[in-house]
Amino acid sequence: METAFRLNGAEVTAEADDDTPLLYILRNDMGLNSPKYGCGLAQCGSCRVIVDGDVAPSCSITLASVAGKTIETLEGIGTPGRLHPLQEAFLAEQAAQCGYCTAGMIMAAKALLDRNRDPSDNEIREALERNLCRCGTYHRIIRAVRRAAREMAR
Amino acid sequence: MSDLSRRVFMLGSGALAVAISMLGSAPARARQSLNERIEIHADGTIRLRVGRIEMGQGFNSAMAQLAAEELDVDIARIRILPVDTAISPNEGFTDSSASIRSSGMAVRRAAAEARAMLLGTAARRLSAPLSTLRVDDGTVRSATGSISYWALVAEGSLVTTAPPRLKATADRRLVGHDMPRIDLPAKVMGKAVFLHDLRLPGMLHARVLRPPSYEARLASLDSALLSAMPDVRLIRNGSFLAVVAECEEEAVRALERLRSSATWRESETMPEPGDLYAYLRREANVPELSPSSSRARLSATYEVPYRMHGSIGPSCAIAFFEDGNLTVWSHAQGMYPLRSSLADLVDLPQEHIRCIHMEGAGCYGHNGADDAAADAALIARAIPGRAIRLQWMREDEHLWEPYGPAMVAQVSGRVENGRIRDWGYIVASPAHSSRPGGATRLLAARHVEPPIAPSFLAGFTQWAGGGSYNAEPYYDIPAQVDVRFVRRAPLRSSALRGLGAFANVFAIESFMDELAAEAGIDPVTFRLDHLSDPRARLVIETVADHFGWSRFTEQAGRGKGFGFARLNNYGAYVAVAVEMERDANGRFEIIRAVAAVDCGEVVSPDGVRNQIEGGIVQAASWVLMEKVDFDRTRVTSADWDAYPILRITEAPEVEVNLIDRPGQPPLGVGEAAQGPAGAAVANAAASIGPRIRSLPLNR
Repeated sequence: METAFRLNGAEVTAEADDDTPLLYILRNDMGLNSPKYGCGLAQCGSCRVIVDGDVAPSCSITLASVAGKTIETLEGIGTPGRLHPLQEAFLAEQAAQCGYCTAGMIMAAKALLDRNRDPSDNEIREALERNLCRCGTYHRIIRAVRRAAREMAR
Repeated sequence: MSDLSRRVFMLGSGALAVAISMLGSAPARARQSLNERIEIHADGTIRLRVGRIEMGQGFNSAMAQLAAEELDVDIARIRILPVDTAISPNEGFTDSSASIRSSGMAVRRAAAEARAMLLGTAARRLSAPLSTLRVDDGTVRSATGSISYWALVAEGSLVTTAPPRLKATADRRLVGHDMPRIDLPAKVMGKAVFLHDLRLPGMLHARVLRPPSYEARLASLDSALLSAMPDVRLIRNGSFLAVVAECEEEAVRALERLRSSATWRESETMPEPGDLYAYLRREANVPELSPSSSRARLSATYEVPYRMHGSIGPSCAIAFFEDGNLTVWSHAQGMYPLRSSLADLVDLPQEHIRCIHMEGAGCYGHNGADDAAADAALIARAIPGRAIRLQWMREDEHLWEPYGPAMVAQVSGRVENGRIRDWGYIVASPAHSSRPGGATRLLAARHVEPPIAPSFLAGFTQWAGGGSYNAEPYYDIPAQVDVRFVRRAPLRSSALRGLGAFANVFAIESFMDELAAEAGIDPVTFRLDHLSDPRARLVIETVADHFGWSRFTEQAGRGKGFGFARLNNYGAYVAVAVEMERDANGRFEIIRAVAAVDCGEVVSPDGVRNQIEGGIVQAASWVLMEKVDFDRTRVTSADWDAYPILRITEAPEVEVNLIDRPGQPPLGVGEAAQGPAGAAVANAAASIGPRIRSLPLNR
């Protein structure tokens, strides 16, 4: 079965069963690295991507559910020469330790900033509530999102 | 190595491609190894061989910083080679918060030695006295000429005429300064940096079906269900069951089908959960304290439950077996110990096994990484010529990782005229280390037929370390300390960040507060009254100052708490103060934490801050909410809903103050915050009241 969708600006088709979790399509069929398997249960946020503007757990939504939709992952939001302000901010704040949760964090933050250019700390925390970080870098991540929002407002 | 596996390496991450190009026949003089650790390449890069691993703690960045410092090159020229049993020095496990003081100092010496060789050769080549040379990003300059390290290497024949000399503290331009982590750019761009991202040609996907409980044995398997999936292979060896498929989703579907086709014999082998601490006391022969303590002598019992490492990325491994040789890619903490342990499991001489490290998610100790490598190795052994990617599911990690053990500590003491007159301490602890030192420590060893190790207890014939960490108080008090080992512990346990130091410091620092209250003395003052080590005093005073300890006024539902320890009484000094609130639902929430750390000479200030900050947040999570649940038969904390950890909505503001001591020996920092931070959180909750002596606070 072929399913077409838009991925990081390109039209793509995936050939897999309709009920295949999107995560495996993105990682194995599309060759992306950033969506991470963390729990397969939509509990940890490491697989989060943006689907039609909303953040979604790619481990728990099916291929069929994204037919015709637009998907963004960390790979699509910046280039090595021109990083997205969130990527720049995560580097500026050194907002990571192991970095396994980073992609999901940045995508959840991007979905927030795309609709709210000037979020409060509480809004940032709420937007990232479903993203777990075990290394304990939460306060750095909040600083990074704040910094990115400032940069994007310039 | 066959052509296929070589190609496989080349197609892997950049780091792996580097590893293999080193092993191949590079053109003459394109590179030169100056010693066991340093390799200068004609392309202007420097490759560093290390025996410890990056696991999110910033190890590679600190090593690059140390090497760039001594070699006088830009840090961007340094490449850290992955730990690989084919090329790397054997440094055992990456444990004990010892990476800077062991690997770091070895790298520093090796880099200084390499620099001396290069300078000696340059002096001869430039016909200039050694003392007149200076180095600028790898280019050696004399009054009249210059030559780069890379040109010297291309010309060949380095000589050792200059004695190696470590750079003087005052001459350092990198060490002690903030440098951005070298691994983060790739991580914020979604590059293939984790083992989980490694894809090898023809790679198959595997999943293991674990038994539902520790002692379960396979009773029957209805293989008809799987036969409807002709492309799926079943691997069966006793109670070790795995499915292998061409694509990942198929492997996951096959796993579910396998689960429904297996029946198990289970038995009730665990204590009643409510009886856990009594069970530990009985096993260690520690009598229960009588609840009535006289006013003259206080006594209290503190209890810490089993806690998970809880890596965000479940363990993963890739194995490839061909022509009698096994290659395993793993994110475990020790490639050499893994190799020797796998040798017994898969029955190969260890010379025929190569273990290569790639990063996993943060592990914080001995998690499922080694076990996943063992699973992958067993499967690869059964399917030669195909790379096997074995990914643990979330519940595999939650249910089977070796937890940080539950502990129970009994403290009694007497305070007289503001001074502690005596201190009695008994602690009962299961094993804090069951790292693979042989196949018996690998999970699959108990499931294969015949079992190599029928029980997790196999091999634990004597004291298995860790429970004594920080059991001796660092204060100047007459202390009697009795550490007892619980051999027959109910749950599998091993090294979790801090080991016994976490529970011991929680107990000691809680009891210090109880004695201070008894004496009517402020907890910070009381600690200082019992500490003569000026470095210990300074971290405490620094925290009290930055937190505003004496100005802080407690209100209803809002309190403060303090904790101090020196890791294992020889590592870094850490003090932490915490401000806490109890909400309308009775749940404790941390508002902010202020810490100070003295870890001797600091290599990477932000690296230390990040470790201490993260340690505080993780310890806060342990104390507030973490506890592995089980019933008489099974562990029941199977996912993040059943085992919640701190979320960003609950994360405190954290401030870390560094006390740098250039020239002093570096002291271990990675595990140093767990005890003091955990104690500060518990003490803050107690200041709101009443004191909770059995963790976690919010359950």
